[in-house]
Amino acid sequence: MSWRWGANKKAEPNWPDYLASRAQRVREPRLASFYAQGTLDPDTPIGEAPLVAMDFETTGLDGSRHDIVSVGVMPFTLGRIRPADGRYWVLSPRRQLSDESVAFHHITHAEVADAPDFAAIIDELLPILAGRLVVVHYRQLERTFLDAAIRERLGEGLLMPMIDTMSLEARIHRQPWWARLRRWAGRPMASIRLHESRQRYHLPAYTGHHALVDSLATAELLQAQILYHYDWQTPVSALWR
Amino acid sequence: MNVEQLDIRGHMAQFAPFDNLPDALLDRIAGEVEIRYFQAGSELLVKDQPIDSLWYIRSGAVEMYQRSGRLFNRLSEGDIFGYSDLLRSNRRVRYPVGAIEDTLIYFIPGDVFEAVCEEDDDFAEFVETGGQRLKVTVEQQRDDSGLMTTRVRKLINRQPQMVEATTTLQQAAQQMRDANATCVLVIDVTETQSAYTFTGPDGRHWKLNGILTDRDFCTRVLAEGKSPQTPVGDVMSRKLIVTQSDESVYEAMLSMLRNQVHHLPVLYRRQPIGVLHLSDIVRHETHSSLFLVNNVFVQNSAEQLAKLAPEVRTGFVRMVADGANSEMVCRALATIGRAFTQRLLELAESELGPAPVPYCFMVLGSMAREEPTINADQDNALVLDDDYDPDRHGEYFEALAKFVCDGLDACGYPYCKGDVMATNSRWRQPLHVWKRYFTEWMEEPNGERLLHSSIFFDLAPVHGEAPMVESLQDLIAELAPQRPVFLAALARNARNRTPPLGFFRQFVMDQDGEHRKSINLKRRGTAPLTDLVRVHALACGSKAQNTFTRLDDIAETKLLADGVTDRLRYAFEFMSMVRIRHQAEAIEQGVEPDNSVDPENIGSRERHNLKDAFEAISNAQKFLSFRYIMPTRQSSSKTEPDRSGSPQGGAPRRGGR
Repeated sequence: MSWRWGANKKAEPNWPDYLASRAQRVREPRLASFYAQGTLDPDTPIGEAPLVAMDFETTGLDGSRHDIVSVGVMPFTLGRIRPADGRYWVLSPRRQLSDESVAFHHITHAEVADAPDFAAIIDELLPILAGRLVVVHYRQLERTFLDAAIRERLGEGLLMPMIDTMSLEARIHRQPWWARLRRWAGRPMASIRLHESRQRYHLPAYTGHHALVDSLATAELLQAQILYHYDWQTPVSALWR
Repeated sequence: MNVEQLDIRGHMAQFAPFDNLPDALLDRIAGEVEIRYFQAGSELLVKDQPIDSLWYIRSGAVEMYQRSGRLFNRLSEGDIFGYSDLLRSNRRVRYPVGAIEDTLIYFIPGDVFEAVCEEDDDFAEFVETGGQRLKVTVEQQRDDSGLMTTRVRKLINRQPQMVEATTTLQQAAQQMRDANATCVLVIDVTETQSAYTFTGPDGRHWKLNGILTDRDFCTRVLAEGKSPQTPVGDVMSRKLIVTQSDESVYEAMLSMLRNQVHHLPVLYRRQPIGVLHLSDIVRHETHSSLFLVNNVFVQNSAEQLAKLAPEVRTGFVRMVADGANSEMVCRALATIGRAFTQRLLELAESELGPAPVPYCFMVLGSMAREEPTINADQDNALVLDDDYDPDRHGEYFEALAKFVCDGLDACGYPYCKGDVMATNSRWRQPLHVWKRYFTEWMEEPNGERLLHSSIFFDLAPVHGEAPMVESLQDLIAELAPQRPVFLAALARNARNRTPPLGFFRQFVMDQDGEHRKSINLKRRGTAPLTDLVRVHALACGSKAQNTFTRLDDIAETKLLADGVTDRLRYAFEFMSMVRIRHQAEAIEQGVEPDNSVDPENIGSRERHNLKDAFEAISNAQKFLSFRYIMPTRQSSSKTEPDRSGSPQGGAPRRGGR
């Protein structure tokens, strides 16, 4: 893959240009339609941006070997989250569901047996993502798995800007000099996992590892992070990667 | 329903008023919820901004402020706000709201809120104005009390006396005498089974045809000159009013009143299983307290009386468990307390000999108001005839007082800490001295005299010459309304003990926002209320002692705005009940009952109701200072500065922000 997000933190990707160029070249009509809608103007204040929190549960962590077993998406803005607008799908993985992953996200062999393939939800999923800025907790996972799943079924990959609440949390809690000093002194690093991050903002505990609950949890977390460390006027380009 | 909506639903289902909603409505609300996070310190609602949703606190805490900047309420997880604004026609915010912690809010859209109010009365009543909510709760409690829920069969404890129509009146009367019954049911064999027959133990079909009561023996037998040999069938009442065994006692009572009968045959299907008499209901209602009273009067020593003390407590716990309201519980406790006092006086007189001059033993304070609680101490005094001569009679009455007060202490009525007892020579005086006391207290009130007034101006005779105490009641009722300085001073004192603002998590929250671990429901609730009701009662010349009765008298005078007396009545009933239940629980757990309640033991609904009650008191206290203004012309000469301090009498304290 030529796009190595996160490898070089200094390189701010020009997302509108990238999406526009993909719209020119992509042949698959559904992807073409997605890219044609473009993304937000980089100067859009986050407080005005239409957002969508997304979370996947997967059979493992490697996008090339593992599959998505459930998808949760929750459209929202900083002002309101409407759980009624959330969507959730259980999917049938192409590869075996391991017992460890069953234990982790509680989606069982029986549940996935009758579930559809990822291909069946593309027509519903893409219109929800189009025109909205995607918010995830740990973008490597959602980005690679989404890209791989689309590539496998439509022949071409799918990349888009995302706000990663985990990396926002890392910027705040792991990069300042005092955080590095703590690490150097052998003190544990602040946890940036979803549940622990939420605790720092006094958000309530939810039952974890359900794609829809976690997307709601991620949406709430972003609302809190923006109020604590940024403001509604912050341009989306300062947050997306 | 999505899993995250299940979480929302599950959270709401724990809190009032959502806890009582039917599943369908709760599903609907949870399905429509919208969410937003607010940081500590941010403003959630600004005064006069339009509001279109009900706000529900999923986590965190907020404060509401009154126009004056005074703290109005502090709310936390599971609480709702914005409903009173939504119910107003212009739908604008009255009290601004700010987050005092990071807060996650669930919004329930206004149209959903309206629809739920429309469909669920309980929900609608909850979100309506405070006084209304308290009223509904108190009335529900009343409805839930024994009469409504107890079934008639519970009161039936013996078989009915039954005779055939051919039985002579004399035989029937003998059967009634032998069975100590007040009526017989008249039954006859029939050939065919029908909707009106039942099968007897002999396997034959019987039919209930009539009833003959002891009253009938007077009106239908003797008055009509019937011979004792007349068959019962000739004189019995054929108009039978009956009830089914699973009917509520309340319905049975209504049936008796409607039909003007005192005997109600009780049927199981068509089989008579007993007869309910009006007195059975009265006995049930008084929850055996009257039997305890009977017991009190047959004890022959103070030691024997003391042995009955545990029965008072078990009787109290039973009454509370049976759902009696505060008035029933307190009146029963008062009756019992008076019985102990009376019996002790009778025993004292038989030991010391008859009193050398007439006297009246009076009770004061809560016992006189007929609203003592189970842990009340004794307040009493002796009013002696004006012929009383200390040299000749002093010793007798001193011994009498000691006998009674010691006995009361042994029977579970501890000595009064303020020494308001007949053993105190100051409170063992001839009538003319009492009249002088009371007159002085009203003419020239000072701190100590006002304190005395608030104890002694609730007074009732227990034993001896009741007219003596009644003449004191008359004196108070006559003088007090014309003593504005006294009333103003008493009103100021009545504002010294203030109710808290409400509850916040496991704490009691004061008017200034301070938190406390527990609340003394007497000191911060019922006592301030009885104090303020006393002021109005004295002002309108009421001779009533009981707070509810005083409120009746006050309501007639238009002294208070419409609805205020009702609100105070509900507030008093509700606070008294919380206190009584708390004490009953303590006794059941083997702990000494007190007035101090830990907010952790107060449920979500009770908290809302108590807050309403506190608000009713707080408003009534504020009204006191407008209604009873100290006349400036006399204030310097007639009153001394109030010992208990004036801060509360001045400007209201500000809520801290």
